[in-house]
Amino acid sequence: MSSLLVKGARLLGEDAADILVEDGVVREVGSVSAPGDAQVIDADGLVALPGLVDMHVHLREPGREDAETIATGAAAAAVGGFTAVCAMANTTPVTDTAEAAERILDLGAATGLVDVQPIGAVTKGLEGEQLAELGLMHRSRARVRLFSDDGKCVRDARVMRRALEYIRAFDGVISQHAQDTDLAGPQACCHEGELSGRLGLPGWPGVAEETVVARDVMLARHTGSRVHVAHVSTAESIEIIRWAKAQGLRVTAEATPHHLMLTTDLLAGYDPVYKVNPPLRPEEDAEALRAALADGTIDIVATDHAPHARHDKEHAFVDAAFGMLGLETSLAVISDLMVATGRMSWADVARVMSTAPAQIAGLEGHGRPIETGSPGNLTLIDPDASVTVDAARSKSLSRNNPWHGRTLKGAVHSTILRGRVTATGGDLA
Amino acid sequence: MTRRHLLSIDDVDEGQIREILATAGEMHDVQHREVKKLPALRGRTVVNLFFEDSTRTRSSFEIAGKWLSADVINISAKGSSASKGESLRDTAMTVAAMGVDALVIRHSASGAAHQVSQWIDAAVINAGDGTHEHPTQALLDAYTLQRHHGDLAGRHIAIVGDLTHSRVVRSNLLCLTKLGARVTLVAPVTLMPSGIASWAAAEGFSVSSDLDEVLAGGVDAVMMLRVQKERMSGGYFPTPREYTIGYGLTRPRLDALVAANPEVAICHPGPMNRGLEISADAADAAQSLVLDQVSAGVAVRMSVLYHLLASGEPDRGYAA
Amino acid sequence: MSAPDIARAVRRMAHEVIERNKGADRLVILGIPSRGVEVATRLAAAIAEVEGTEVPTGTLDITMYRDDLRRQPTRAPLPTRIPTGGIDDRIVVLADDVLYSGRTVRAALDALSDLGRPKAVRLAVLVDRGHRELPIRADHVGKNLPTSTSERVMVRLAGVDEADEVRIAAGETP
Repeated sequence: MSSLLVKGARLLGEDAADILVEDGVVREVGSVSAPGDAQVIDADGLVALPGLVDMHVHLREPGREDAETIATGAAAAAVGGFTAVCAMANTTPVTDTAEAAERILDLGAATGLVDVQPIGAVTKGLEGEQLAELGLMHRSRARVRLFSDDGKCVRDARVMRRALEYIRAFDGVISQHAQDTDLAGPQACCHEGELSGRLGLPGWPGVAEETVVARDVMLARHTGSRVHVAHVSTAESIEIIRWAKAQGLRVTAEATPHHLMLTTDLLAGYDPVYKVNPPLRPEEDAEALRAALADGTIDIVATDHAPHARHDKEHAFVDAAFGMLGLETSLAVISDLMVATGRMSWADVARVMSTAPAQIAGLEGHGRPIETGSPGNLTLIDPDASVTVDAARSKSLSRNNPWHGRTLKGAVHSTILRGRVTATGGDLA
Repeated sequence: MTRRHLLSIDDVDEGQIREILATAGEMHDVQHREVKKLPALRGRTVVNLFFEDSTRTRSSFEIAGKWLSADVINISAKGSSASKGESLRDTAMTVAAMGVDALVIRHSASGAAHQVSQWIDAAVINAGDGTHEHPTQALLDAYTLQRHHGDLAGRHIAIVGDLTHSRVVRSNLLCLTKLGARVTLVAPVTLMPSGIASWAAAEGFSVSSDLDEVLAGGVDAVMMLRVQKERMSGGYFPTPREYTIGYGLTRPRLDALVAANPEVAICHPGPMNRGLEISADAADAAQSLVLDQVSAGVAVRMSVLYHLLASGEPDRGYAA
Repeated sequence: MSAPDIARAVRRMAHEVIERNKGADRLVILGIPSRGVEVATRLAAAIAEVEGTEVPTGTLDITMYRDDLRRQPTRAPLPTRIPTGGIDDRIVVLADDVLYSGRTVRAALDALSDLGRPKAVRLAVLVDRGHRELPIRADHVGKNLPTSTSERVMVRLAGVDEADEVRIAAGETP
């Protein structure tokens, strides 16, 4: 029997208590004296949250193991405070069959660092035409409930409608990458606005996201199914989502740490590290996202962790790959941006980074309250630590890290997966 | 090593622009000498690294470098980028590793010269990057206009055409504004860069979609921009015919322009689509400076190469 | 040297030039910017006074031909203006204010050879302060001024400066 005692952590940032985890399950919360053989973590001054869940990561395996593997991505996740991540389907081959999904589940389990939940493709090969084997993926050992063609938008409204209808039988959800490629244009690589005009870069107008969000909201209404809007980036998208929620539609939404904190003006030097899809937007949009995250219109934070090999980023800006790292810095960004500023409590962080994403993705072992009987998944946070991000220290195989050099307030102290410490102090345990 | 570049007209202030233009004047005289050679860059190596074809810009830089006694090497890197797996950084580093003093870069992607300047020690001169900038073109336009009109302060210059996809317009806007000229950009809304209204407000230039109104208001120069063939069927405007009638420098517009101001200057960075954005009458009019622009190209590029490379001092140059 | 000293020196050089070339017919005087241009102008005026003929004058910028171009911050080149008729088969008199190491004159000779082929080239300087580093000498000298290398020769000429004056200043440590 293994036991772990977390001494004196502030539960959700409130009152301090001891947490005893035995055999992977929370046995007791309160004032606990350590059993003789227990590993003890002195958590005085630390905040305890249920283990963090990232509903949107790209782990690149299979296919681009030079950029990331499930093992390295899992290590980055553990260091970042996560106990579960959902791996997007745009690998090579695409996760569009039960077998592919099970393989990812197994590779994830083998790391022992984090639960890796595969996301199934909506359409075969992400081609937007023929439905992937949605039901078989759900019935597989991976129990897939979250589907996405992320990286590509399910652009055909008829295909989107059929997919939503089909997954209603098992209460599935589609995470949509909302991007009208006709409006955004094939070369679009940044926010369309004054800066893109000055820089001569083909822009991606906010409306190219909003029209798809609006369409999908109406499809959610029509089908009664669940739509999740991935990486919302504009204030107008938020307005549509707010309206959908007011109508009682089953629409949820996520924001990424980078869309919350970083803005389009960073592109002035043409550094492809800031090239991401959807693009970084102006401060007005970022501020609207922060407000919507605080008021609950945006349900969750997800990183869209998108590692890329250096040679895929060292092209001219329009030719470089989209995406940036996020797993190791997500908690620190939210802490710095939302908690240190008083806009959110630690309980709010637990909601947007653990409880809600676990619920949306259907991860029953995650996002549970810290109480007797819950799985022993915990993230301990030092809220007062100030850490300067060093890209070279990353556990990811890639270095497309836009946070390098930034000092953020709040850091993950330790990550605990079913009673076992997976990471502590920025390194694997 | 030194870092001195010309990536954007933003890298040079008004005084530096005036110095470049003054030196270009001296260089221009060399063009008419029997011995067209100055020893200033003897022993320096200039590489024209062109990721995109442009015979006129490349040869202009080549002649400029050679007349200053530099060794000039042309490298066509067309198709050696993303498609073939070699990154821009690899290509640039490979060329720089040969020990060159300056890289003159033309690339179809905006910002390419900026990016390369971050990676290598040699001076980088932007010879056109995507739809961003073409600083030496703007300098030669300013030089040509200045020879024609004298100081450009207070002059009104209309730039007409495909503003979105033009690298010339961004550089010219910055350059002419710094020299005190008043600039009006004219195009159908579909060919205007995004955010042009706030940009115009910030930089103090004007924007219009009515060419006749702008011309009637009085101009000292019109700069006609090329309309790329691929835009013509791209839904930017209905037909070439409609474009010409709305935005071309047609014979009637030319006549009205010359009647109102016989000193008016007509510019075009070339190559021209005669009959589309500019009529043959306008292109060959006495007021046309099109060939002067070409001739000024060498002098201006000599001047730029000279100012960037002649000194070994590390603290000169425009963008650090 | 005071203003009258300078005027006398220029007049004497004018006489020498005329005598040496048996008149002023084939002469072209080129001043090296900046003060050499003023010397050239005055020399031409003095010759005109004596001979009654206008001698074509011009300027010859040597910036591009300097052998220390790389060691200095970039200098903007100054105008080169060759009088109509050019320099081919002419006798070119190079005019400068001070002759010192000889490097300027070397550069000027190079510049000249890119512009044409004179019949002969002469050198006229207002002050020769010695310390040559190249095998170059002046044909016409306004005044020989023995100096030490640590001293500086200050030439001021009305037209460029406020007044005419040549004096030796204690040098700064190089």
